[in-house]
Amino acid sequence: MPGWLRGVLWAVVAISVLSTTSYLTGLDSLTSSNTSQTALRLALPILFAALGGLWAERAGVINIGLEGMMILGTWGAAWGAYYGGVWAGLLAAILFGALGGLLHAVATVTFGVNHIVSGVAINLLGLGVTKYLANIVFEPLSGNPRQSPPVPKFETYSATFLSDWLAELEQAQRVGISDAAGLLHGLVTQVSPLAMIALLLVPLSYLVLWRTRFGLRLRSCGENPVAAESLGVNVYVHKYLALLISGGLAGMGGASLVLLAGGADYLENQTNGRGYIGLAAMIFGNWRPGGLLGGAALFGYSDGLQLSAGGEAVLALCYGAVLLLAVIAVVQLVRRRWLAAALSAVAAGVLYYVYWANDELPRELIPYTPHFVTIIILAVAAQKLRPPKAIGKRYRRGEDD
Amino acid sequence: MISWRTALLPPALAIAFAMALSSVALLISGANPMEAFAAMGAQLFKGTTAVDTVNLATVYYFAGLAVAIGFQMNLFNIGVEGQYRFAAVIAAIVGAAMELPPVLHVLAILAVAMLSGAAYALLPAILKVTRGVSEVITTIMLNSIVFGIVAYLISADQFGVQRGNNISTAQIPETGWIPGIPLGEAGTMFGAVFLAIAMGVGYWFLLNRTRFGFELQASGESPTAATAGGVSAKRMTMIAMLLSGAVAGLIAMPELLGRDHVYAMTATQGYGFTGIAVALLGRNHPAGVAFGALLWAFLDKSAVSLESIGIPREIATIIQGTIVLSVVVAYEIVKRAELAAEQRRVGRQTRNGMPASVSQGGAV
Repeated sequence: MPGWLRGVLWAVVAISVLSTTSYLTGLDSLTSSNTSQTALRLALPILFAALGGLWAERAGVINIGLEGMMILGTWGAAWGAYYGGVWAGLLAAILFGALGGLLHAVATVTFGVNHIVSGVAINLLGLGVTKYLANIVFEPLSGNPRQSPPVPKFETYSATFLSDWLAELEQAQRVGISDAAGLLHGLVTQVSPLAMIALLLVPLSYLVLWRTRFGLRLRSCGENPVAAESLGVNVYVHKYLALLISGGLAGMGGASLVLLAGGADYLENQTNGRGYIGLAAMIFGNWRPGGLLGGAALFGYSDGLQLSAGGEAVLALCYGAVLLLAVIAVVQLVRRRWLAAALSAVAAGVLYYVYWANDELPRELIPYTPHFVTIIILAVAAQKLRPPKAIGKRYRRGEDD
Repeated sequence: MISWRTALLPPALAIAFAMALSSVALLISGANPMEAFAAMGAQLFKGTTAVDTVNLATVYYFAGLAVAIGFQMNLFNIGVEGQYRFAAVIAAIVGAAMELPPVLHVLAILAVAMLSGAAYALLPAILKVTRGVSEVITTIMLNSIVFGIVAYLISADQFGVQRGNNISTAQIPETGWIPGIPLGEAGTMFGAVFLAIAMGVGYWFLLNRTRFGFELQASGESPTAATAGGVSAKRMTMIAMLLSGAVAGLIAMPELLGRDHVYAMTATQGYGFTGIAVALLGRNHPAGVAFGALLWAFLDKSAVSLESIGIPREIATIIQGTIVLSVVVAYEIVKRAELAAEQRRVGRQTRNGMPASVSQGGAV
């Protein structure tokens, strides 16, 4: 099965599970346009971070410093946007993020420092530097060192005809069709240019990484740098470029927190671990652009749902998971994989008990829905993954592995 | 064989580099670097700050050791943060509910803390061993989730007690306190300092004088070689992760049992992340980690001293971030320089017509 077909199939499965759930539990918010609109906004930073992770890790460098580069990006975005408008803000965010990427490249590629160690240091440094800069630059303007003055936001565009038609369909309350229309409606209404850029960057990354000479060379540095070097590929240069692009993308992720209508201006700790979630989305997506889009959508959706509809909807999500697990159990039964089928059935039973026994989940835990989803998904998905071969390994020219 | 030069030169270089870089930042912001460093140096001789530094370093020492145990096994337990907060809130709740004679009570609370820390590390360990899920991602997620768990457990419906404007767990009875060492004007030093020292000695003994420690380091260095020698890398991963979590459980204990006696929503966070930096600075060596903890605590306290002379306190964070990065880079540079020197020495020996002896790096 080609990759795109599998993606379409998963999307169909997801929408049908959601629409069945919303029909059975009577909760419209699961597939409302409001939810999907919030989900898109919340998925953007994760998508950018995941793309950043993809570029770095395909070149063989683990980039746990995405979080720090995103933080640098948030500051750059607010600073640039305040003085030069949104596009200047985006540019500044890319530059600041790329600066973080450059630092990571110097540490890991030139000095052979452990990738995770360098990433953690960059996260520390990114936080320290932005706090310091915010103190110097933003404090006199906003009177608060933790916050920037109000900055201009991206304008939003709607595909008017499509949007109206989908809105009508959503109102029609027909099972399935209305649900799909609701989700789509949110995705084509009030879309910012940044969202379009992000969605365009997914196929673009695929084309560049898998269909150009440069991309092939870059990926060969992540698979077997010694072989790449022997064929005349300059491994150092490709790793540096990959990390610059990675940092720039992470910086854009930071910008998408600051420059979108409905989001805050620069705020201390506003990234809140999204860089890490982006990395998880990329691993979930098996180091492929299409897969990481799915991962980002999943986390964006669960985050958007808990934010716009609250604990009741998250509980309904449990119900949806029961349905999905039941389907998986049946499929595994047909394939005669008894253990997998039994495990799915047990998990479905446990989740159904949670749904049945509780009227509401603890309010304090609801905001962490995406984090729970991440762990569960990784636990289920991690077995078939194939990371780049030489990931995290130190490479020095002339030294055999 | 690690010479003194390889061990001590890199941290010194890193500190010097961090000072140079922060001087630049200070000059840009229009402050006088000399004045800033003088203020930081002067705080060492103020009794209260010195005691505060040692107290904070005690906390950081546990954090550093917890991370270092993971590093020995090539595990990156970034989840120390979540593990210690989970352990702290459970220990505070259980400790307040128990009634035991003095010493037993403290020991029971410490045991509960270590067990809860290990329990919170159990899930990432299981997922790592059975499913191959990166412990870095799972523990980061659990670090965020712990905020929710703490908020849930401290809420008024569960175990929370309102005190003034602040909600916290119930107070631990006096039998469960660790008495401090009163130092007059300068304040009180945590009694847990001795626990930290004992922990450091225990860590050193475990790694260097036991079979388990050898196996742990062996499987960290080379899993395949260790497996060939009959050591199960999976078992080692599991044990290292749980041990790391157990030590992480102790991080909040000096403050909980020595000063606060309750765990509140407003309790300080971030000790786990500090532990990573401290372990890196100390190269996972018990004495090195102690040095790292003291240095980090000193820099933290500097933020206050700097602010009192009108310099932004974030400069301390920048120094800390720079030190971490430059210390790892400096280790690498010194290692390369030593290697090159070694090669030159061997080269000279062989040119003289004599093969190098083994002690000079020649072949056996």
